[in-house]
Amino acid sequence: MHQYPLWKSATVLAVLLISIILALPNVFGETAALQMSRKDRAAFTSASIGEFEQLLGREGIAYEDAYVDADGRMWIRFDDVEKQLQARDAIQKAYEGEFAVATTFASRAPRWLTRMGLKPMSLGLDLRGGIYLVYEVDVEGAVAQLTQVLERDLRKVMRDARIPYDEVAVNGPRVQISVKDPAQVADAKAAISKFDPELSVQDGALPGQVVALLTPEQIRQRQDFAIQQNITALNNRVNALGVAEPVIQRQGLNRIAVQLPGIQDAAEVVRVLGKVATLEFRLVDTINSPVEAQRTGRAPLGTRLYKDREGNPVLLKRDVIATGEQLIDAKSNLAQGEPAVDVVLDGRGGEEMLRTTRENLGKPMAVVFIEKERELVDRDGKKVVVDRASEDVISVATIRGVFSNRFQITGLTAAEGQELAKMLRAGALAAPLYIVEQRLIGPSLGRDNIQRGFNALVIGMLITFGFMVLYYKSFGIVADVVLVANVVLITALLSLFGAALTLPGIAGIVLTVGMAVDANILIYERIREELRNGNSPWAAIQGGFEHALSAIIDANVTTLIAAVMLFAFGTGPIRGFAVVLFLGILTSLFTALMGSRALIQLIYGRRRRIERLAI
Amino acid sequence: MEFFHKVTRIRFMEKRKAWYAVSAVLILGSILAVAVRGLNFGIDFTGGVVIEAGYSGPADLNATRAALVGVGLGAAQVQSFGTASDVLVRLPPAEGKEAMSLSDRAIEAIKSVDAGAEIRRTEAIGPQVGRELAEKGATAILMTLLFIGLYVVMRFQWKFSVGAILAALHDPFVVVGFFAVTQMTFDLSVLSAILAVIGYSLNDTVVVFDRVRERLLSMRKAPPIEVMNTAINETLSRTLMTSGTTSIVVLALLLFGGEALRGFATALVIGILVGTYSSIYVAGAAALDLGLSQRDLMPPEKKEEADALP
Repeated sequence: MHQYPLWKSATVLAVLLISIILALPNVFGETAALQMSRKDRAAFTSASIGEFEQLLGREGIAYEDAYVDADGRMWIRFDDVEKQLQARDAIQKAYEGEFAVATTFASRAPRWLTRMGLKPMSLGLDLRGGIYLVYEVDVEGAVAQLTQVLERDLRKVMRDARIPYDEVAVNGPRVQISVKDPAQVADAKAAISKFDPELSVQDGALPGQVVALLTPEQIRQRQDFAIQQNITALNNRVNALGVAEPVIQRQGLNRIAVQLPGIQDAAEVVRVLGKVATLEFRLVDTINSPVEAQRTGRAPLGTRLYKDREGNPVLLKRDVIATGEQLIDAKSNLAQGEPAVDVVLDGRGGEEMLRTTRENLGKPMAVVFIEKERELVDRDGKKVVVDRASEDVISVATIRGVFSNRFQITGLTAAEGQELAKMLRAGALAAPLYIVEQRLIGPSLGRDNIQRGFNALVIGMLITFGFMVLYYKSFGIVADVVLVANVVLITALLSLFGAALTLPGIAGIVLTVGMAVDANILIYERIREELRNGNSPWAAIQGGFEHALSAIIDANVTTLIAAVMLFAFGTGPIRGFAVVLFLGILTSLFTALMGSRALIQLIYGRRRRIERLAI
Repeated sequence: MEFFHKVTRIRFMEKRKAWYAVSAVLILGSILAVAVRGLNFGIDFTGGVVIEAGYSGPADLNATRAALVGVGLGAAQVQSFGTASDVLVRLPPAEGKEAMSLSDRAIEAIKSVDAGAEIRRTEAIGPQVGRELAEKGATAILMTLLFIGLYVVMRFQWKFSVGAILAALHDPFVVVGFFAVTQMTFDLSVLSAILAVIGYSLNDTVVVFDRVRERLLSMRKAPPIEVMNTAINETLSRTLMTSGTTSIVVLALLLFGGEALRGFATALVIGILVGTYSSIYVAGAAALDLGLSQRDLMPPEKKEEADALP
């Protein structure tokens, strides 16, 4: 009768133990570290650890730990930022260009925890310091670009179909064609549909007019393409910044949010991220030796010397077949079970491609990825805009057939295909991008924020603890234990989900602590009432938990709704608050209803008779 | 320790007309304050630039202002922030590309006053983003009220719901009014605090109503005002305990959480105090004046009673 089911107590114990383990990595804190990844994306082996250890030993830089993580990246941990920066310079000098070295923070948790995949909560930018940028992609501009391409293509379609026209003009999202002879309208429509079956083709308002319209699906695809393309481009450039754990996310219809923890130089970030990318399709020079050209530093007449991404020299012909502006789409694909990249060019690019492939069957063709950076340079006191370009050959493939605007690049692994498609898209005519939000938090402010948030939490909890013990005696102690368990549970869940802890998030934990007490208070007040009504101690406990339940549930559901709304409509740090509030309500329900009941059972359960409750 | 060893018998509801007047004054005052003084919106909602800088010594606000005027930022507001060496510079929004380069110029000006100044934080928000955040915030408040209202309607009789929603509306009004009167910055974090306040206020109301519902069923013959008083008195020590502990932690946030959480914590402190009051004098009183009585609860109960009659 007075028993609390054993399985319930066991559940509470199990949940608590798991939570403690999950929350454990947070106890050890973080320290300065370097994170290295190889430029060729291969994994580090444990052998390379020794190499770094030797290097750091020679340089006399003390480090705490060096290890390779599950993704094959190398981590070296230091006890302060100064050593971290010394080591970074030493490594960059010794292995120039081989690795991307990023300064970051690493958990001090012992390796057996890390090896189990357990991580501390990640800290939001407001706690760690860093830069937060929101870019807006001009998706309407991207769609307009597409209609302009369509206009050019349709002129060509009309010419090829030998249909004389007065005008082909862009009008908003549509292209209007005025055919000279109204009798040829049907032919014109057929020709357009043949050119692109997905287009919606209609009669215009005037006789002899044909209207080609991008379908909503095509518009949506173009918009998605514009966003994806910019995300890829931003990803590439962020890698160049040497930031560990950057976050680049689509936000809503037309925005991209970029989080760069630990970075401080906003101007540099904006400059690097603001690069413009394009592509060039060129034939490979198969007569002269690129190695020779590299040695002499002079490319033979009619050629240019390039490098591929591994740094090997490649000689390409000077004539450009097509550029990124003419690339409509690129997708990685499995063609007959073999990885391939499908490329679509616009009409003009297709024409040039047709001519080139017809004359150069069996010869190799290369794709060059070009990134231009605009820079304001002081020249004799005058500010001059200088374009700096970096050029990489990202693909060399043999022309195996005659093709025009649609073709495939094969002979790649699936991963290479995906990477190439991504790079091709990044180099296509870019939808304009501009910054609409920029936040920078200095590292000292981040540290202050953590410290203050933590202080508020500890002070608030201690006073609450004292208050509860004073007011509810033994039961107050139960409530306090349950409250600590609650904070452990929230920490465990946040660590498990990898949700970033923000300053409002800490405030959320503080608030949750205040409100988590409520469920306990409701129960204890009920128990007191039951006692006043003359019930026996056990009946009072039983009745207290039972009768308080409906109030507890109702009260928490309302706060839960507020938390969900906060998450749905909030952004950035506010979402952190919403997540903590939401999780906090769930954990406080669990700890108050099951945890504190189990604890009371533990205290009073073994006694045969209880004279009075210390409440 | 107990606040009340015996259940108190405070006749809360008898004086409800006076408290209506208090609420009316609070609400009208808030509306008036917002209408006359307006809210001091943060750049989250207006767009613009905020720069927080720590000077190496005591900050010279006038020199900073002059330097900002020097780089063509005459519209900048400069104020001290937290300690004597910290300054906060606010710039009004500019359209398009301008908005982002403003902060660079302002930082240049700050560095010209004190080369050792540390830029602790910069935020630059385009006016478009600000408008959207404001819209989203307003939607969030409305949706929260709507869904919580729906939940209360589902769980309680409609007279309860009206009372609960009135109370939930009452509290944000007062908090917003406070921000209008004090001209503290009203930003995204204050808005999220208001949402939390709505949740908290409802939480408090629901606990009282839960007891009213229970008492309506057990005190069949008592007049509704008696039932309401009893329920409020019976839950009084819980109400005080909970708002006490919540206030304590929120006060800790206010006192120790630093400048970044000031607005947030202030909104919560006020919201919790007002929320406690409103769950008794707005929610309870309104339900009573809507004619809440035993008859409003559960048709099967009524049937039983009818059957028992001769």
